[in-house]
This record gives sequence, C-alpha cells and structure tokens, in this order.
Amino acid sequence: MAIKILMPALSPTMTEGTLAKWLLKEGDSVASGDVMAEIETDKATMEFEAVDEGIIAKILIEGGTEGVAVNEPIAILAEEGEDIETAIASVGDSKSEAAAAKGSEPAKMEKAAEKPASKPEPAAEKPTEKPAASSGDRIFASPLARRMAENEGLDLAKLSGSGPHGRIVKRDIEDALSSGAGKATAASDTAPVDAPKAAAPAAAKAAAPAEAVPSADDPIFMMLPEAEAVPHSNMRKTIAKRLTESARDIPHFTLQVDVEIDKLLAMRKQLNERDGADYKISVNDFVIKATALALTRVPDCNVAYTDSAILKFKKVDMAMAVAIDGGLITPIIKDCASKGLATISKEAKALAAKARDGKLSPEEYQGGTFTISNLGMFGVKTFTSIINPPQGGILSVGAGEQRPVVKDGALGMATVMSLSLAVDHRCIDGASGAALVKELKALIEDPIALML
Amino acid sequence: MTDTNFDVVIVGGGPGGYVAAIRAAQLGMKVAVVEANHLGGICLNWGCIPTKALLRSAEIYHYMKKAKDYGLSCDNPGFDLDAVVKRSRGVSKQLNQGVGHLLKKNKVTVIDGWGKLAGGSKGARKVAVTKDGKAVTELTGKHVILATGARARELPGLEADHKLVWTYKDALVPDTMPKKLLVIGSGAIGIEFASFFNTLGAETTVVEVMDRVLPVEDAEISAFAKKAFEKQGMKILAGASVKELKRGKDTVTCVVEQKGKTQEITVDRVISAVGIVGNVEDIGLEGTKIKVDKTHIQTNEWSETDEPGVYAIGDLTGPPWLAHKAEHEGVICIEKIAGLKGVHPLAVDRIPGCTYCHPQVASIGLTEEKAKSAGHDVKVGRFSFIGNGKAIALGEPEGLIKTVLDAKTGELLGAHMIGAEVTELIQGYSIAKTLETTEEDLMHTVFPHPTLSEMMHESVLDAYGKVIHM
Repeated sequence: MAIKILMPALSPTMTEGTLAKWLLKEGDSVASGDVMAEIETDKATMEFEAVDEGIIAKILIEGGTEGVAVNEPIAILAEEGEDIETAIASVGDSKSEAAAAKGSEPAKMEKAAEKPASKPEPAAEKPTEKPAASSGDRIFASPLARRMAENEGLDLAKLSGSGPHGRIVKRDIEDALSSGAGKATAASDTAPVDAPKAAAPAAAKAAAPAEAVPSADDPIFMMLPEAEAVPHSNMRKTIAKRLTESARDIPHFTLQVDVEIDKLLAMRKQLNERDGADYKISVNDFVIKATALALTRVPDCNVAYTDSAILKFKKVDMAMAVAIDGGLITPIIKDCASKGLATISKEAKALAAKARDGKLSPEEYQGGTFTISNLGMFGVKTFTSIINPPQGGILSVGAGEQRPVVKDGALGMATVMSLSLAVDHRCIDGASGAALVKELKALIEDPIALML
Repeated sequence: MTDTNFDVVIVGGGPGGYVAAIRAAQLGMKVAVVEANHLGGICLNWGCIPTKALLRSAEIYHYMKKAKDYGLSCDNPGFDLDAVVKRSRGVSKQLNQGVGHLLKKNKVTVIDGWGKLAGGSKGARKVAVTKDGKAVTELTGKHVILATGARARELPGLEADHKLVWTYKDALVPDTMPKKLLVIGSGAIGIEFASFFNTLGAETTVVEVMDRVLPVEDAEISAFAKKAFEKQGMKILAGASVKELKRGKDTVTCVVEQKGKTQEITVDRVISAVGIVGNVEDIGLEGTKIKVDKTHIQTNEWSETDEPGVYAIGDLTGPPWLAHKAEHEGVICIEKIAGLKGVHPLAVDRIPGCTYCHPQVASIGLTEEKAKSAGHDVKVGRFSFIGNGKAIALGEPEGLIKTVLDAKTGELLGAHMIGAEVTELIQGYSIAKTLETTEEDLMHTVFPHPTLSEMMHESVLDAYGKVIHM
C-alpha cells in the first residue's frame, strides 16, 4: 500500500515551511531513518527523516517551494515491489492522480478526478493549503470546536481545520488533543520573540505589507525613496506575529538597576587565568548564572501566565537571545541554576554557534522559562526588551562601563552595568520583580556568592 | 451493448446505488448500474415510500374519525383497502420512473439483470450480468460498488408463507383486511405496519423480544410510545417471544411466551418483522478476500472491502438500515475514489432515524442512557406538546421532545422526539449536530411562532433551567 508523505510539523507553532531541498529523487529507495529532505521552518533548517521504508514513487512538491502547509502531501512512497503507477493512483490524491495522468496511461479515471478541481465544486476545499489561522484573519471554527478549545486551553490559531472550507471542527480538536498540538498554555511553546525595542520599529515597518511582496508601482512606494522589497522569511513572520501579540497583550512594566561589576571582572580574570582552564567565561555567563540563581531564590518570578493558572516552574531553563542571519532565536540552557559557570559558558557558546548555523533542533529552542538579552557588546548602555511569551520576564543587559559613583558621600569610580527587567504584570507583581532585581544585584556585586 | 468498460460499476440500483451513480456521473466518471428488479430498490418500491403512502391514508382516516373534534362532520368514514394499496403502488411507480429519468439524464448506463463479481484484478474488476439464467454481458470496472441491499430476516418456525404469515412485502399489498393481527418485532418496520392496520381497525398485538417497543429509541420515548399505542387499542407484549405458529386454514394461533408464562393468541394474519439480513448470496463473493459477518459485508470507513477496488455500501454493510445512510455512503465512496479533498467518513451519530407510526418517532445521536455510559456528564431537557400552542391548535397535544447535551461542552449529543410531524422536525437537530452547535447557538436560534419547532428550542432551554412555557 502506497503512503503519502506529508509535510512534517517540526515545531508546535509551525503551520507551514519551506521544502528547501530533496536529498532523494523519484525511484530512490528509502529506509526508515534516512534523511529524505531538508525543511526550513520558521526557526531553523531541519532534516526530515523517513519513518517508513519503500521507494519514492512521486515527488509532489519540488525542492525550494515556500509556504508548504503542514500535512500537505509532498511525496508518495510506494512499497518495495509495488507497481509505481498503481501506487500513485491508489493514494487517491487528486494532485497525484493529475500527475499520473500526464504519465503513461492517460486513463479516463484520472480525467474524472481532475474535473472537479476545475469546476466550482463545493467539495474542493483546500484546508491544508491555507492554514486556518494567520494573524489577524478570522478563524473559522464550529461553536463546539471553540468551546472545546476554550475548555482544553487550545489556541485555535495554531490548528488547521478539516471541515468545509477549512473550518475547524470537533475532530480537529480531538486530533489536536491526542497529538498535543496547539497547546496555548504550555511553556514548551517558545518562539524567538525577544528583540530590543529599538529594533522593533524597523521590523514593524518591514512587516507592514503582509502577504504579497509589493511591486514597484505599489502605492506604498509613492512617498518613499527607492527601496528593495525583501519577502518575509518564516522567521520574520513569526517574529512579527509574536512580538506584536506580546507588546499588545501583555501588561508589562520594567525595573532598572545599575550594578557594579568590578569584583565580577576580577573574579572572571582569576578564573580564566587558572592553569589548565579549558573555558573562557564571559560577563554574560556570569549574568546568566546570577539570574538563574536569583530566580530560584525568588521563584515567584520564574513563572508563566495562562488563562486559567500561573505556571510556577521548578527549574530555570534560561533562554538567551542570539542574533542570527535574518533574525534572532533563543536557544535554551536547561536547568541553568544547577550548572556551574564553566558548563554554562560552554553550553552557551555551543548553542550560539549552532543557532548561527541554523542547526538548532526544536528541543534546543523550545521551552525556556525566562530570557536574557545582552546588547552590551554593542556599547548599548540600557534598553528594554519585549517579553517572550509565555514566559513571565526578560532581562536586558547593557554594557559595562566606567562611571562616576558616589560612595559614602564621596565621588568615586566603578565599572557599572545597567540591567533592565521587563515582566508580565499578570503573573509578576512589582514587589516580586523588585525582589528579583535586588537578589540579582547582590549576586553580581558579590560574585563569590555564586559559588554558594 | 457496445462498450463494457466503465470507471465504476455499481451492483444494485437502490438509494445507495443510484445516488452513487449520479454522483459519479457528476464527477465525469463513466458509470453502469446493474439492477435485477427495480430502480430505487426496496426503499422506493417496497419500503420507505409505499409504506408512507399507506400510512398517509391511515392518518387521514384517523382524522376523518376525529372530524367531530374539529367541528366537522364526516359520517360513517370508511375505506377501500384495494384503493389504498393501489394509491401506494402508484406512488412507488411514479418515483421508480423518476429514478430511471435521473439516471438517463446523467448518462448512467442501466443494465437490467443480476450482477455478480466475476474475477478480474484491481483496476479491472469483472461483473457478470445474467437475466433469467442467461448471460447478458460482462462488464469491466476500475471500481465496483456492491449495493445489493438487504431483505427480511426469517426465523426458524416463523417463516413467512406469504398467505397467513406476511413479510413487509406481503403486508404492503394485503389481499384482505385482517380483523386480528399479530406483529412480531417492534422496530420501525413492525411498528409502522402495526400502526397502519391498527388505525384501520385491526385488533393488533405487537410482540417484542426486548423489554420495550422501539428498542433502539431512548427509553423515555419507548415508554411514551407504548402508552400512546395502548391508548389506541394496540396490545404490546414486550420481553416476549413467539415460540410457535400453529397455522390453520385461515387463522394462525401464536404461542407467545412472556416472563415464563405462555399464552395462545389466534389471529387472521401475522407480520414477521424480526430484522434484516444482507443480500450477500450469489454476488460472487466466493473466492474473494471480502469478509462477511452476520450476513453483512465488512468494510472500512471508506466503504472499501478487503478486495482492492471493490466497495460495499448501504444495508448490505449493516445497520443503521436506512436509505439516507446508503445515499451518503455512496456519495462518500465515490468522492473518495475521485480523490476529492475534504471527504470525511460518515458519522453514525449524525444520522437521524424516523418511524412513521402514530404518533411519529424521530431521533438522532445518543440516547440519554448511551450518552451516560459513554462517559458524558449530561444535561437533559424535555418539552411536552401540551405546552406548545401549535400542537394544541392542531389537536395533537401528546408528544415529547427530549434533548441530551454534554454538560462540559454544550454539544448536542442526542435528540429524541415523539408526536405529530416530528419526522419533519428532526432535520433541525441534524443540521445542529453537523454544524456542531452548542446549547448557546440553539438557545439563540429564533424558531418561528407558532410552530411545533418551538419545542425544539424549549427543550434545550429546559436542559439549562431556562424553559419558558412549562
């Protein structure tokens, strides 16, 4: 029996992706576990492995195709020894039958199958081609599906509908519940969202012409100087969507604090100059460790808001914003508070390198509980970040610089770094946020305490 | 016949077969239907339609007898059984010709004869057609759909002799009006004939082996129906079985056992309506991989049998034995063959069922009992005809509309109705179920006043303590 190979969902938020490249061609045989294609998601390029074995009977979607909806058939896999033509026909997909009709036997059946597509037949739904929900669009769902989604905490925007004209119906909700897709409240659903506000306007402007790339005579260019229209990548779409949702929906506030890091710098030097040191700890590694520790001491800030409850996380999984070509991503250092500085430093470097190469796997960038964004290396003094939902907070780290400070009534000098904490007021109140900032300042200014 | 090659060959021209044929033709396929007796099948010729014609006569007769209640006079109402039957046959004939025209219009080839599978392989199945023992032709179909339907079940000792003991077919063309009648089985078929002959004046006894009449219906509806039938003079023996039929010259003595006690009931005629068996014989299943279980062909949700390229739909595949189930299965089967997108298997809990006894019974989805045993936390609403203005004006104050909703999601799990015209009302709940409404949508729907349909609204309101007219 032939099998349709469907566009895989490589992350919970993925509704479509780019079929970047086929590594196999028609007629190639495949064993379970073989890499068949490269799929570019909104976050990374992933290898798509075969689950079944057989022969690639037909490639339905060519490499390099953008916007391929999840679950859309991309190829047909025939069994070993199965007749390729009948395998294609038996799968019963109109697309494949249409393709088969061009082949050896221009049979009438295939013609029959093609016909409805050209007629304005009500049965010719295209639910899988257009995911039911892109931001701002009306979501079509049955009243029962809406009620069930509400009860179960599912986000309809993340589901695609199998009902008439792509309507989300009861069976889609049941499928989502059994597969775990579309969970609106789970913390595992983390997308790269953090971006400094300073950068946001530019991103927003680029995101304005939503779907089609504007042509040269588009009125949008009338008032503007000559520009090149860069079509949105999947990552850009995700950034635009999630940032907008976060900035619009989360009642956030920020807390600023200056911390002196002279002791930290001295300790860093001491550690990095130790004999046989196979690590090079950065200031940012210290900040990551200190923040993780502070969060375990102020657990009220290691939280996420959901419609029905506040999720209080038992561990700190620290997401760190990494700028990459065409956007940014937030790989995660898991259970960060229990790890030593050297481990954190190595993991951070490895993750950043993988992120820049686009090789992160979903589990490496999904599921953080808190995010740190550091623009200190660019000399930025202070900035605020947009919260990375469903996380409750994000820390913005500025540059360490020598500043005049007043100590015991006298003017002195110290290396000072400005930190800015943005939190979701729905789950973190001012006093809790302040407690976290206080703890963080204490740990950074007295870094030996990190050893405790 | 010049061309014997088809995209789809359908064996059986009943509501499953002919509807599938028309849909296939619409999609540009080349289709043949092989029919041995009459287009439209049992439904149109010996089932749904002619019984409705008979029951309409009975209904009007019933109203004639009640004319006085409406301030009218109708002295000595009577009937001519032959004329009643003649009208019924005429209705079937008209519709039978109608199906012929529809198939012709859609350029479906109709072959008169008995079709059976005759080998071939996937993509080129053979169907041999014979007529009166002689070979007519052999067709080749890329796909073959079996839609040969079902017939009355015969129990040992209770076999129909077509004179004293009737099947539904005999009962449709009765040679005499029985003074006393015994009906074995109180499913839709049994109870409709019981209702018809009882209304025309036969002293009618219904024997049901289950503990209640209309056993597939909600228990409350069954109980309501039993009371209503008894009020009309019908005798209901539930939890009872006919042990023996002593066939005399012009009467039958039925030995009926109920709760350990045996009684003898002598009647003029017996109608046997003890269920349905699939027509699986002599259709070429031997030597194929097609599986038959309890006279029904086993298929998957797409009506595919275990033999690639051979499908089975309708009564042949098992309950519910309803024409509209067969029609939908046929359409789904064809659309799946054509590879249309957005085709889904038929959801059994969305198939309504109607029984045209007096009072009428209609239902869809789960009974209260089944909903509970399936683990649903339910809310149940009821509304009686006595609270509905239109029902009172019609002189039909007896009836009940019961709704069963899921307490958590508001899903309409089931609806169960008994009373005047409920068979025409149930479609409202069918749409509601298909569109997946919740209680909220049903409450916000404006039902016109004064209609019986208002009770559908009130029943849902009742489930949530918001009923107005009770």
